[in-house]
Amino acid sequence: MADEQTDDAGPVTMLATPIRLDFEFTPGVAQSKFLRGLERGEFLGQRCGTCGKVYVPSRGTCPTDGVPTTEDVLLGNSGTVTTFCVVNVPFAGQSIEIPYICAQILLDGANLSFMGLIQEIPTDQIRMGMRVEAVWVDESELIPSLASVRYFRPNGEPDADYDTYKEYL
Amino acid sequence: MAESEVLHAEHRLEYPYARSTGPVIGAFLTALREGRFLGATGSDGKVIVPPTEYDPITSDDVGELVEVGPGGVVDSWAWVSAPLRKHPLQTPFAWALITLDGADTGLLHVVDAPGPDALSAGARVTARFRPEAERIGSMADVEAFEIEGGAS
Repeated sequence: MADEQTDDAGPVTMLATPIRLDFEFTPGVAQSKFLRGLERGEFLGQRCGTCGKVYVPSRGTCPTDGVPTTEDVLLGNSGTVTTFCVVNVPFAGQSIEIPYICAQILLDGANLSFMGLIQEIPTDQIRMGMRVEAVWVDESELIPSLASVRYFRPNGEPDADYDTYKEYL
Repeated sequence: MAESEVLHAEHRLEYPYARSTGPVIGAFLTALREGRFLGATGSDGKVIVPPTEYDPITSDDVGELVEVGPGGVVDSWAWVSAPLRKHPLQTPFAWALITLDGADTGLLHVVDAPGPDALSAGARVTARFRPEAERIGSMADVEAFEIEGGAS
């Protein structure tokens, strides 16, 4: 730290001023269920009893109807890429080798997409509507975190029709 | 879901900022590393400690840097009976505005005193610098101020 701040012989020209916030986070009941599901290797969502939409991850309420989502819904392992981004730019803290694909994935039966990493495909072959499946870490390494999903990869099915995901872009 | 199944996790958000000090603050910090205090002379002749880079009245560059302290007078203070982990001292202490000898403004720092009864507005204090090898050019190079002549 002293090296960052000063040259021992010369005047002080720089000052390290780190900002740090330590806090305890609780995801609450609904997201804890989702995270506990990940710990079992499952995507667990919740359905709104009023509009019928399935949220994964669920925040415990339906943002449209303002009612609690009480019905748990177990979703499958496959979904559709609704939109994507190929990351070519290095940045501090980057943990994945560039280029890589970051995609919004709509799980089958869900009405909310979430972000996932796409692997096992050249970056120039990713496309909207591509069918993908989750690849999980080894069972012994499952934790209540999205880190339990290593990535998504093409599952070999024909691309989904645009109409099936156009509401989720 | 039972309460015990709701997750909790410790999080830390941290940005490793560094900032350039400029000629005035840089000189002030360099002097701290040498175990001295510098103040800036303002357009009205008053000595500003810690120094500002610009004159608070005219906004021009400040004038000559002059040495002040290491003794001074407590202007006001607040006793901290239960220090937090991030506080500069882990024993009860006072935050204080201290006008160093030769200065006309108050410097915020800590006073290491045996208890609140040892402090008063007007009390004489002196800086206790860290050992030279530990000083890095930071406000923390002053470990604390102490009551002159021990607790009174």
